[in-house]
Amino acid sequence: MSAVAIELEDLTVAYERHPAVHHVSGIVAVGSLTAIAGPNGAGKSSLLKAIVGELRPSSGTIRHRLRRTDFGYLPQAADINRRFPISVLDTVLFGAWRQSGAFGQISSAERQKARDALAMVGLEGFDRRGIGSLSAGQFQRVLFARLLLQDASVILLDEPFTAIDGRTTGDLLEIVADWHHEGRTILTVLHDFEQVRAHFPQTLLLAREVVGWGATADVMSPGNLRKARAMAEQWDEGAGICEPAR
Amino acid sequence: MTAYDLLLAPFADYGFMRRALVACLCLGLGSGPIGVFLMLRRMSLVGDAMSHAVLPGAAIGYLVAGSLSLTAMGLGGLVAGLSVALLSGMVSRVTSLQEDASFASFYLSSLALGVLIVSLRGSNVDLLHVLFGTILAIDAPALYEIGVISAVTLTVLAIIYRPLVAECFDPGFLRAIGGRGPIYHFLFLLLVVLNLVASFQALGTLMAVGLMMLPAAIAQLWSRSLPSMMAIAAASATASGYLGLIASYHLELASGPTIIMTAALLYGLSIFLAPSGLARRYFPRPHLKG
Repeated sequence: MSAVAIELEDLTVAYERHPAVHHVSGIVAVGSLTAIAGPNGAGKSSLLKAIVGELRPSSGTIRHRLRRTDFGYLPQAADINRRFPISVLDTVLFGAWRQSGAFGQISSAERQKARDALAMVGLEGFDRRGIGSLSAGQFQRVLFARLLLQDASVILLDEPFTAIDGRTTGDLLEIVADWHHEGRTILTVLHDFEQVRAHFPQTLLLAREVVGWGATADVMSPGNLRKARAMAEQWDEGAGICEPAR
Repeated sequence: MTAYDLLLAPFADYGFMRRALVACLCLGLGSGPIGVFLMLRRMSLVGDAMSHAVLPGAAIGYLVAGSLSLTAMGLGGLVAGLSVALLSGMVSRVTSLQEDASFASFYLSSLALGVLIVSLRGSNVDLLHVLFGTILAIDAPALYEIGVISAVTLTVLAIIYRPLVAECFDPGFLRAIGGRGPIYHFLFLLLVVLNLVASFQALGTLMAVGLMMLPAAIAQLWSRSLPSMMAIAAASATASGYLGLIASYHLELASGPTIIMTAALLYGLSIFLAPSGLARRYFPRPHLKG
């Protein structure tokens, strides 16, 4: 068994005491490429937010030996001000934060890396364009370029291909595959089961509780998917207090 | 009337005009860029709210000093403005109220309290001065204060530029990398309050934001990059100050409102002439090949 990147132990994340992620335990191995799948409201995004530290667990623990800058996190609907007057290159250069910090100089090497990252996502020569003039797909490519520059050992993507056309999705999936080959740990929330089956060796099927976690072919069985759908639809307004199982 | 009489003589002849001019130039240099950031953070109205929040502190300073001492009023205004900024920031962080809602509640209370305090002891003339400013009565100490504030503003902006841009553009990213966004947010609010205190002495509580928001709006019409926006805002703010003073001198108008009206005129012209303005709509240029 390979080394553990992140360990979840009996993790529960709740909104107004209703659990969104319920008693989840498991291990994310270093260098694994895992899809988090499940119906709407299954707690997929909440799980990622808890891992990066944006949500505080109601109970249970998340163990890892990572610093905040070791995470590369792309939230679902990032509250990014797309009308902000900033160039594509400057946006990507925020990815060099670990080197530059809040006040340090940005070296010409970092600048070149940012241009290379833009070329890798297929936006060569877009350096000086304002982000306001980009399409949704192009902007997602810019965010991937920023992730490339961040050089994070653990990458968390939340629905990265929503409202993105097939070609862009294909290009970005290739970058994800490259990250996997470089030995980075990747967790990606996805709702497209075909994508999960085709590109992700590991899957966590979530419906607030873990329905299945392991090799994709085993987890994504018709029986498990039915179970996940049924479990996610239960929302009990008058639910009682969840007693720890004895 | 020669060009000299028109453009320079008022400042050569009168010390109070010179001091007013220097005050306007300093105010414009600091407030313009601050206004750009306020607007980009969609906090235009927060600036307005803050300028009213300064009032009770200034009024207490006025009561304590017993006269229209700009230093005492400035200090009081600084304390009041900062308290309102911090309190409403805290309220919006710990309750479900959005920041604009908590700002609105605090500044209205603040404004009412301020007018009450002034009317308790002062005359109507004093109230007018507090509301509309006394740019022609700025003395040397007040001028130093304004100068120091604009120097501090530009220096701090230069230092916190990158995290501040990150906090405005993508706060989630700054949070994810552990970038301490709230610190820069509060530092920025501190600069806003400092600049409002400076303009408060010159333009009064009602129009203190004038040299902040109008130049910022002008800049946004003309430019698509942040550095040039800040330059345009500072330039149009200082130009409004100079042109407004000249106009108020020759036409014998009240200076503060004339300065803001000049900025408003520039804004009106920009609406028509700027690249994203109305003129382009009626005289479109042909589109490019690709």
